[in-house]
Amino acid sequence: MALVEINALSFSYGRAPVLKDLSFSIEQDSTLGIVGESGSGKSTLIRVLCGLMPVQSGIARYDGRDISEWLDREPRGFRRRNQIVFQSPASSLDPRMRVGQSLAEPTKSLERRTPSDEELGQWLTVVGLGPEALQRYPHQLSGGQLQRVAIARALTVNPTMLYADEPTSALDVSIQAQVLNLLIEIRRRLGLTMVIVSHDLAVVGRVCEQVIVMRNGEIVESGPTASVLRYPEHEYTKSLVNAARAVSLGASHDAADAII
Amino acid sequence: MAARRSRSPQLIVGAALVALLVLAGLLSLVWTPYDPAALDVTNKMAPPWTDGHLLGTDQLGRDVVAQLMAGALNSLLVAVLSTAGAVVLGVALGLTAAGGGRFWSDTLTRATDVAIALPGILVALVLATFFGPSNTTAIVAIVVWFVPGAARIVIGPARQVLAREFVEAAMAYGRSRSFVLFRHVLPNLGPLIIVMASMMFAGAILTEAALSYLGLGAQRPTPSWGRLLFESQSVIGQAPSLVVFPGVCIMLAVLGFNLLGDGLRSRLDPRHAREVVV
Ligand SMILES: Nc1ncnc2c1ncn2[C@@H]1O[C@H](COP(=O)(O)OP(=O)(O)OP(=O)(O)O)[C@@H](O)[C@H]1O
Ligand SMILES: [Mg+2]
Repeated sequence: MALVEINALSFSYGRAPVLKDLSFSIEQDSTLGIVGESGSGKSTLIRVLCGLMPVQSGIARYDGRDISEWLDREPRGFRRRNQIVFQSPASSLDPRMRVGQSLAEPTKSLERRTPSDEELGQWLTVVGLGPEALQRYPHQLSGGQLQRVAIARALTVNPTMLYADEPTSALDVSIQAQVLNLLIEIRRRLGLTMVIVSHDLAVVGRVCEQVIVMRNGEIVESGPTASVLRYPEHEYTKSLVNAARAVSLGASHDAADAII
Repeated sequence: MAARRSRSPQLIVGAALVALLVLAGLLSLVWTPYDPAALDVTNKMAPPWTDGHLLGTDQLGRDVVAQLMAGALNSLLVAVLSTAGAVVLGVALGLTAAGGGRFWSDTLTRATDVAIALPGILVALVLATFFGPSNTTAIVAIVVWFVPGAARIVIGPARQVLAREFVEAAMAYGRSRSFVLFRHVLPNLGPLIIVMASMMFAGAILTEAALSYLGLGAQRPTPSWGRLLFESQSVIGQAPSLVVFPGVCIMLAVLGFNLLGDGLRSRLDPRHAREVVV
């Protein structure tokens, strides 16, 4: 049985439909990439899946149970299992809180206990930072370090699903690869199921086994990443792949091959 | 940046004036040169430097310095209470408006717009008619007058903080809307609220003076600057200093809190000091 099952899911902000009749599933321990142009509804989709937006119509199940039912009956259990990392490292931590305070928040909120500094320090080590960062304020850290802290914060409650909304696109190119490697490593070490939203096909190509291509709130193509990117069927996917090729061809041929 | 932090002339002058006001007010609790209410019938409207009356006496022979000091305490008392009330209520209202659903948020925003358009003196007059003139009336009038403005100042920045990703992250780990408002949004608005309170304090002192001048504030025997101004205007020909001194006090106090507010603003404002806020 799939960990997440979506059937005929639709969503709108007010009148405008943003997600239209989506159906797909996410297997346990897999990594799913969601690509698509700006405004296609990627962020909205994962917000619904991790319980930040309501399921308005259609079916969305997590572990065999409706997400709305999870949120009604066992909200903390659901949130503990489903965590999310956002795009902008600069705004993902409260500037008035030390890193240690921010890291302690999910445990305080969801497990009703205050985690020790050792415990939090260990999570920092997992994401490649030293425990001394606990005492820092966000403005004392770099973008890459902040994103590592945000990832650590999501991990502190031992989630089974980790959603990441454009986790690397606000970072310097040199840092992007490091954070991506970190996500790959964490996934392997902790056995997470991951969903990564990205407009960068290279990111999805490196990390994700499965991919969904979205446009205007609809899924235009989906399947194993390798075949979708190598043999795109839909015109829109072809144009995305060609655009990505063209960009990296400008850089070098090797890079173009590396993508796909 | 560093230069501005260490030496802002506004901040220094403002803080000095405020300190002087606070010292004079507090000192009046334990010591004044004469009893502010004591009449010296042989020395009515004495000019400054007469018989130990540093700034002279008023038309009943009461010592001017003593009355100004006691008036400072009264101004401070009214300003502290009304500013505190307006800040607490205004910030709570602003946070609720920013954090509530769209309907609640729009309704509150409209309501503050309407309330801001009401003339405050009118509010005070109505209140005084109902409850009689007193410091309490002045305080309530100032609070009612300032609350919508305070809410209005807070709503925009609160919405900005709410739009940041750490708020969504907090929701994702199960924090409630009100927890987010009070534990994340409020601390991030701290500097803004401090600056706002300082400016409001200046406004409260001026308003208290205006209300007591109109006879809506403190009544004798409690001395207040506005009352002093009112009582001495009839003898402005014989003793102009009786009008000048309370006027200067009001001006310096308002100037002091405004300068302090400006100085704090350039030190704490997000646009000037990004590391301090948001
Ligand atoms: N809070 C909101 N209220 C109203 N409309 C919204 C809101 N958030 C997003 N939208 C609209 O919904 C649509 C989908 O937005 P969404 O953020 O899900 O797209 P996206 O694929 O993540 O885009 P991007 O790549 O730019 O992040 C857009 O047209 C957007 O304008
Ligand atoms: Mg998005």
